[in-house]
Amino acid sequence: MQLERAFLAMILMALVTYIPRVLPIVIFRKEIKSKYIKSFLQYVPFAVLSSLTFPDIFSSTGNLTSAICGTLVALWLSYREKSLVVVAISAIVTVYLTGLFL
Amino acid sequence: MKSFNKKEFRHGLKRGLPIAMGYLPVSFTFGLMAVSGGLPIWMAVFISLSNLTSAGQFAGTNLILMGAGFLEITMTTFIINIRYMLMSLSLTQRLDKAMSLPKRMMVAFGVTDEIFSVASMEQGTLTFSFLIGLIIGPLIGWTSGTFLGALICTSLPESLSSAMGIALYAMFIAIIIPPAKKSRPVTIIILLCVGITGILKYLPLFRAISSGFRVIIASILGAGMGAWLFPIDQDVEKNNKQEGVNQCN
Repeated sequence: MQLERAFLAMILMALVTYIPRVLPIVIFRKEIKSKYIKSFLQYVPFAVLSSLTFPDIFSSTGNLTSAICGTLVALWLSYREKSLVVVAISAIVTVYLTGLFL
Repeated sequence: MKSFNKKEFRHGLKRGLPIAMGYLPVSFTFGLMAVSGGLPIWMAVFISLSNLTSAGQFAGTNLILMGAGFLEITMTTFIINIRYMLMSLSLTQRLDKAMSLPKRMMVAFGVTDEIFSVASMEQGTLTFSFLIGLIIGPLIGWTSGTFLGALICTSLPESLSSAMGIALYAMFIAIIIPPAKKSRPVTIIILLCVGITGILKYLPLFRAISSGFRVIIASILGAGMGAWLFPIDQDVEKNNKQEGVNQCN
């Protein structure tokens, strides 16, 4: 691997990450009137985050059983409305402890 | 518009802190992965600083380490990141109308899944001061986590490093579950998306679809069906936000 190539690839990655972020904010400044598009955009974060999480969370730890335990703990604590940090740390600890017994 | 509002900046910082904490273990893992794969420490850190994204930079860096071509690296990263267009488009509706172009361009850099989610749950107009406060913590967390991971680099005991793989997903769960508790449409959309992603992942027919595309297809279908089944009226939207969607933090 050449360093210059890696550096150029990194610049390209940064560009194609920034372009989708910046275009809508700079170009489409008119308010959207359609209630369907508005509803769609409001639902998008839940759609994206749930699609990112499931089912990939079950292969996130290298062990299905520990991943399921971590997921259950995360679901339970989220349902009890604990903070992001508490949920994340509890899931990590659960996976780690479960891993010790497997 | 006042040029800079310290109170809003501090409010943003407070909102961004949990995201920054959540980013630490994930970026730590990224730093570890990048440097053990052969990148110099400064480059691993610079990737995090210039990309500020998880899935896209993980995939891109993986391809760099594998010696893939520029087109493949660029395409894969772009496809994974197309979803940011939807988020920015949603965010732009809520931005302070008086915000200047350079400020808009700065704020756009910070659109990540988590920052967007927290920003969109906020009520009222989104000001530059608030958004910069919101972005700076996660940016520092993401970059310094990468640096620490790169610095340590000697592999952790496997049980610990694999346990940290669940951190980001647990955070996503913590973001979507509380609003789902209060809003039936949100619950149904989440179930739809999980179902669609599962079908795309496990049915042999769709196996060729990359994980980035899977997320794009499932999100568009899920949110699209949601908008069609449960369109939100302007007034209802405000109520809905106050009762449900907004209480996620």
